[in-house]
Amino acid sequence: MWLDKLINALTSIRLTVVCLALAIVLVFLGTLAQVDKGIFIVQKEFFQSIIVISDLRILNHKIPIIFPGGYLIGLILIINLIAVHFKRFGFHPQKIGLLLTHFGILVLLVGQILIDHLHIESSIRLVEGESKNYSESYTRCELAFVKISDADSDTVVSIPESYLYKGNVIRHPQMPYEIRINEYYENSQIERLSAQSNERGAATLGFGASLRVIPLPPVTTTDRRNAPSAIIELIGNNAPKGTWLVSFFIDDGQTFRVGNEQWQMFLRPERYYKPYYITLLDFTHEKYPGTDIPKNFSSRVKLTNPQTKEEREVLIYMNNPLRYGGETYYQGSFDPNDDRVSILQVVKNPAWTTPYIACALVGFGMALHFILKLSAFVKEQKKR
Amino acid sequence: MKKWLPYFIVLLLGLWVLASLRPPATKNGFDYANFGKLPALLNGRIQPLDSVSRNCLLQIRSKPSVRLKNGETLLPSEWLAEVLFNPSKADDREIFVVDHPELLGLLKLGEGKQLVSFNQLRPHFAEIEKQAQRAQQIEPARRTTFEKQVVKLYTGLVVFQKLKNSLYPEEYGSLETAINDLKANLAPGLEAFRAKESNKQFNQDNLNKLVQTLQKWEVASQMAYPGLIPVIELKQGNNQWLSPGEVLNQIIHDESLNFPRPIDAYIAMNVAYQKNDPNGFNKAVADYQQWLATNFPKQFSKSKSESFFNNFAPFAKAREIYLLAFLFACISLFNLTEWLRKSSFNILALAFILHTFGIIYRMTLEGRPPVTNLYSSAVFVGWTIALIGLIVERAYPYGISVLVAAAGGFATQIIAHYLSLTGDTMEVLRAVLDTNFWLATHVVTIALGYGAVYVAGLFAIVYIILGVFTKRLTKEIALLLNRIVYGVMCFAILFSFLGTVLGGIWADQSWGRFWGWDPKENGALIIVLWTAIFLHCRWGKLVSERGLMNLAVFGNIVTTWSWFGVNMLGVGLHSYGFMDTAVFWLILFIASQLVIIGLGSLPLRFWKSHPEHTSNKSPQTV
Repeated sequence: MWLDKLINALTSIRLTVVCLALAIVLVFLGTLAQVDKGIFIVQKEFFQSIIVISDLRILNHKIPIIFPGGYLIGLILIINLIAVHFKRFGFHPQKIGLLLTHFGILVLLVGQILIDHLHIESSIRLVEGESKNYSESYTRCELAFVKISDADSDTVVSIPESYLYKGNVIRHPQMPYEIRINEYYENSQIERLSAQSNERGAATLGFGASLRVIPLPPVTTTDRRNAPSAIIELIGNNAPKGTWLVSFFIDDGQTFRVGNEQWQMFLRPERYYKPYYITLLDFTHEKYPGTDIPKNFSSRVKLTNPQTKEEREVLIYMNNPLRYGGETYYQGSFDPNDDRVSILQVVKNPAWTTPYIACALVGFGMALHFILKLSAFVKEQKKR
Repeated sequence: MKKWLPYFIVLLLGLWVLASLRPPATKNGFDYANFGKLPALLNGRIQPLDSVSRNCLLQIRSKPSVRLKNGETLLPSEWLAEVLFNPSKADDREIFVVDHPELLGLLKLGEGKQLVSFNQLRPHFAEIEKQAQRAQQIEPARRTTFEKQVVKLYTGLVVFQKLKNSLYPEEYGSLETAINDLKANLAPGLEAFRAKESNKQFNQDNLNKLVQTLQKWEVASQMAYPGLIPVIELKQGNNQWLSPGEVLNQIIHDESLNFPRPIDAYIAMNVAYQKNDPNGFNKAVADYQQWLATNFPKQFSKSKSESFFNNFAPFAKAREIYLLAFLFACISLFNLTEWLRKSSFNILALAFILHTFGIIYRMTLEGRPPVTNLYSSAVFVGWTIALIGLIVERAYPYGISVLVAAAGGFATQIIAHYLSLTGDTMEVLRAVLDTNFWLATHVVTIALGYGAVYVAGLFAIVYIILGVFTKRLTKEIALLLNRIVYGVMCFAILFSFLGTVLGGIWADQSWGRFWGWDPKENGALIIVLWTAIFLHCRWGKLVSERGLMNLAVFGNIVTTWSWFGVNMLGVGLHSYGFMDTAVFWLILFIASQLVIIGLGSLPLRFWKSHPEHTSNKSPQTV
């Protein structure tokens, strides 16, 4: 009895309309919320969630919002779509267009959920002539410890951001010491202490002895990123006693010795290593004559893959990316202070083809459906 | 007689349009229209001086024309000629508009909207600059109206000042004086310089004079706004468009000072202008044009074409003709005479031809697909509405579609007109947008989708108005409108969906992000969802015919939100057209649509006519 009711509800067109209406309200609220919160937080809170528990600031009043999230609405729509086709439609040559359209929508919705979870964005900043075999995350950071050795490659222990919180103690089999996080600042600024000041540095060892950390609120817009800092301590018999300041603002590794091993520490954007190298040969930044309006950016890069013995040149420019090794390299941006620097955006997205397929299916399906309907209508008119 | 009337009216209108093709009259004998055809480089593109003056005036006073206090109007090119050739007179023209009460108070200008001249503002420059520089630190979206007005006034003053220095350092008063002064000081100055270098005796006075002269030119070349002088670079063979000051930098090493031909041309124009010698001026312009035609044929012909387009103004004419078609259609709807309906259809067709001509002309001029910015999107959406209306009217000649098409065409041209006041409508496109493929696919399909939703909404408005206020909503008309709204909605969802997904694919091609929940993307998505709701409600028979009409009217709000509303939020990748005053009109439009939906929701007994009305009558009387 209740199962019949449930099936009826799930296969009803009413449910479709309700979901679509809820989706409109959600998208509208999510658009308004961006003014205050920024696109990044809104994506997480509104669209990539089951339930939205958030607030909206309108004319300086905070209005609390509790609403079904993007995933919940999307999931119900998917179930509704599949159920309707099994229960009601069946197969009918007249409805092939509709079938294709709905199948395309399904591909699009499922594809988006996949993309949300599988897609990783990072960037490579290259000066002309420079080679790199890694890209860096836009949002996440890592605490890296590098053992300096004479061998060709150094040992790198990378601690992801999720481990970096106050009081956490981190062990790793390759490190002969433990690390304790005394403080972690998600976003920060650092300042040099003046020589006259009596204030003590943020840490007792390394650069931190003469620096002060100013915690900042996390950023909300996508065009800026957090600059974290942390105060850490090494624990171990042979490790130096004292605290260290690690920060995005300290580019150079801070060196220390443990026994007869030499180590360096960095707090830096999380790196994604690749089995190949990208070398920037030439970066051009064209502007319209007599203005600063950019006309085109392009990077000529060399791709070197020792495993496959590949070595070739590629031109990456606006709207024309390089797809290689499951990743796509886009001309991302440039450094306004240095015209030899190109910033490539790197996207790993195994589901990138789904919108293309969906677009073709829905476009073709709708066109077919409407043409069939129209021709039936015209025939009927003619009969009269 | 009545048979021929519809053609006769259109013929008259056609003649009116053609009449404007003849060259505009000269003013006191000066052929400013011809002067306005000369090419120059501004904002990264070659444009005629006519466009240069219009674009500068837009920045100075938000209007592409100069109307003086005494009611006299200056042609844009006439004003530019004065600024370039007689700057001290231009300083007294009251072209700056100040209307913000606090700004008026700050500048001690009295009350109400004031037109003031550069000279009248001169004593307040320091104050204006101080206020503007503070306001410029603030994000545009967060500025108060006072701050916006101050920045606007300051920008206008800077543009005016730059324009005055584009040909020669302003203090010389004319290009000839400036060049003569340079020539007179160059040889003795260089002699003194060389003597000094080789430790011989030298004339300090001569050296100082040259240094001062060069400093003046340096300042002018840094301020110069349009690049007026075409120069072929010998090394690379590229051509450049420079100010005379920049030209000077290139040729100063050669003592003979061989200025390129265009400088002589501008000297001749300047001299004739100041002598008030129209024939000399016209001849100098014509001679220079002849030289351009052989040396810079491509740029000159483009510049001439654009100047023609500015003066012909097909969109402005189409706007007026759409209005006429609308009036004819309104009357024909009640009068029901066929000649009126036919006339309205013919008038609409004429407006549409002009509209189409304008779009194609702009496309060839720019070498771009029809939609490149918010302005051209308004023009194109209007075109879509008119096109659909014409097609539907051909199939169902009731005059209703003419009404819808003319209303849509007129309204979008009004919007386009106000958008054109925000700046150059043929601006160059930033790197990501510089792709004809995506502009032609994504942007055009989105605009077609907008147009279709509006057409459906407009037909639904006609349904409600006819039903509530007239006896004309018969069974036949109601069924017809219902079918048209449905058919157009199908068209709308197809294009909105394809346009939205194509936009995602473009984003994937340029950033690797198919969907980013950017406000403009969200707006487009809402349109798709809304049309989907409409169609599912109809297929599932979830709402009545009147309910469907209300849904279609709400589509107007949804589309307007997506088209303009999201730009007003000032966030995201697409916030290219930030408009302040438009907020008021947006709210007014939304309110008007809600009123119509309110009417549409009135119980049937308040409707003057409706098919269900008549069939329900008998049970009610029982």
